[in-house]
Amino acid sequence: MDITARIPQSVSRIGDALTPRFLVDADKALWPKGCERAPLWMFGMWLGPWLFLAAWGGIAAILCWGLALNQTNMNDYYGFAIWIWADLAVIALGGGAFFSGFLRYVAGKDKLKNIINYAVLIGFICYSSALLILGIDVGQPLRGWFIFWHANVHSMLTEVAFCLTCYFIVLTIEYAPLVLENRQLDRVPLFHKISHNFHEIMAVFAATGAFLSFFHQGSLGGVAGVLFGRPFAYREHIFIWPYTFFLFTWSAAAYGPCFTLLCTRIIEGITGKRLVSNDVYHLLGKIAGWMILTYFIAKTWDTVYWAMNTAPERGFHWREFYSDNAFYGVWILVVELLLGGIVPALLLVFKKTRENMFWLTVAVVLGVIGVSVNRWAMVLQVMAAPVMPFDQWALYYPSWQEVATTLLPVAYGVILISLSYRYLPVFPQERELGAGKAS
Amino acid sequence: MSGGKEHVEIPYQTKFGMVINLDKCTGCGACMVACMAENNVPVRYDESDKLRSITWMRVYKLTNGKPFPETDVCWLPRPCMHCEGNPAHGFSPCVSVCPAVATDYSRQTGIVSQIYTRCFGCRYCMGACPYKARYFNWWDPKWPDGMKQYLSPDVSCRMRGIVEKCSFCFHRYQRAMDKSFYQASQGGREDTRLLEEEYQTACAQACPAGAITFGDLLNPEHTVYKLIHATYKDKAFRILEKTLGTRPKVYYVSSKDWVEAAADNHTKKVAKAAPGGH
Repeated sequence: MDITARIPQSVSRIGDALTPRFLVDADKALWPKGCERAPLWMFGMWLGPWLFLAAWGGIAAILCWGLALNQTNMNDYYGFAIWIWADLAVIALGGGAFFSGFLRYVAGKDKLKNIINYAVLIGFICYSSALLILGIDVGQPLRGWFIFWHANVHSMLTEVAFCLTCYFIVLTIEYAPLVLENRQLDRVPLFHKISHNFHEIMAVFAATGAFLSFFHQGSLGGVAGVLFGRPFAYREHIFIWPYTFFLFTWSAAAYGPCFTLLCTRIIEGITGKRLVSNDVYHLLGKIAGWMILTYFIAKTWDTVYWAMNTAPERGFHWREFYSDNAFYGVWILVVELLLGGIVPALLLVFKKTRENMFWLTVAVVLGVIGVSVNRWAMVLQVMAAPVMPFDQWALYYPSWQEVATTLLPVAYGVILISLSYRYLPVFPQERELGAGKAS
Repeated sequence: MSGGKEHVEIPYQTKFGMVINLDKCTGCGACMVACMAENNVPVRYDESDKLRSITWMRVYKLTNGKPFPETDVCWLPRPCMHCEGNPAHGFSPCVSVCPAVATDYSRQTGIVSQIYTRCFGCRYCMGACPYKARYFNWWDPKWPDGMKQYLSPDVSCRMRGIVEKCSFCFHRYQRAMDKSFYQASQGGREDTRLLEEEYQTACAQACPAGAITFGDLLNPEHTVYKLIHATYKDKAFRILEKTLGTRPKVYYVSSKDWVEAAADNHTKKVAKAAPGGH
């Protein structure tokens, strides 16, 4: 699917004629060596809607900052809502960065060097988005630094804040050499040396990133798991960590690579180019498959234990959390555990389906849905379910400001990926694998 | 958090709490009004949206769920429970989760405080509280014309974007302790321990039926102590105490079995909320 090929020649001619020559030359000079890109006017048209979406989200964010969080539909029952779900979801999906980095630099899976740049880029987008969302979500953003200055060491959120920030710094360090490898920047000797030397020591950052990710992914799970006043979220502990601590880390490592693969499929579809060789897909898919399968077993055990022990000890039959309301039903468990759990696991574990691009794509899409539903349940369903016997379910729908600010990171991600792909050597195999023009 | 070393509790100096007699509560809402006036709680033009209005003290209407003529109704005032927390770890649900120590537990009074200037509005404590006793300031605080003249100078008004909740009228405790220390320094009293009448919450004073009793749960001279340890011994109950172990400091009393049963979760529900609560 080469988008450039679908544009009528007459339109192409008009577009070329309207683009100033010096801009075309300047743009071309920034492309990675030996790689073809879509004409500048087409790239501009591609970015246009995403910039519009980002502007819409920006306006909504400014409204939330300026007029306070009454711009949202959050309420005293839903202190955590769609933003926090988006936050947890993007962090889980961005887990491909730390896990791929771990596999590439620490476990020695050398093939992954062909996708690691892209994984880091996606991780960078996901984590910067998460920090942006948190910056909008808190009621007093200017006091955000209190979480570091007045840190409560008993709070899982403190651990999240510290590890998230540190890991974002690590991701920035991992992404920086890629930026410096831009064709023009690389001509500056200092930048060339910096990016070269960064690559040399990247294993250290990858290991640091994996360590930090273990804790912040886990502590995000702990945020829900320690809530002993909320039987739907609460889990038993191993030492000081609830089971959700380990499940969140595990699921991020399992599903994060799925998102990396899905994004790669999308960018290949849009550009009409092969950017990553099949063996990389197969390797990462295989690892993700086994991770999802083992996660599925652990999560199923956790769910059964919770349903049989944790919930009843707190006076609840597990079905109470899936009934008596207009939205939350057993279907959530089915989507999360079966459709988003065992199905993608099996599709990725079996060689025949894994090496079929259609089924691999189906598997990673289902995986992304599965982990997103899990995060939804651990945020919004926790808030929705009543705890006091005489309390009631509270359902909620987001305001347009919440939807817009949630879409802002999506637009930002597309824009950053587009710019990075156009001007940076994100995919080392691009020249080797493909020919043909693309956007 | 649980696990690790066993929690060692520091002895209390005083432990303030409430006993609410639900047989006496008529659901008039005077406690709610008194609370709002005393604590400078802002008012919205439309207070009917209870998911966004601030009611430190909220009165629930419960029903036994049976059809007429067996229908029975009970009004249940719910302030912050000032939980002592699970005995295994000693943290109340909200205090342990606040990332910036904007809410704290005092072993001097047993009161869970909220530090308004420290809170940055993450709302994690709201998610942690099973009683939904914490409220977020979704708007800048506003009062109808002229009502600002009536604001209490002893209570700071809260800005938008932070969480607030019942403080057991902590400013009254501070005022009483100031007086007590002064009198003790002047030789006017032997110690600084507060007499029951020296520190009372606004809701307890405002209740026309005398349903709310407030005092030191550790002081045998206080009525709350006598109610729990003598008058209603083994009959006073606390909401969600049996299943969640939050150890609230608000006790309830009712002669109706279904009301006591409604205080905690059971696999078979015995009561539910009815429309008409405040």
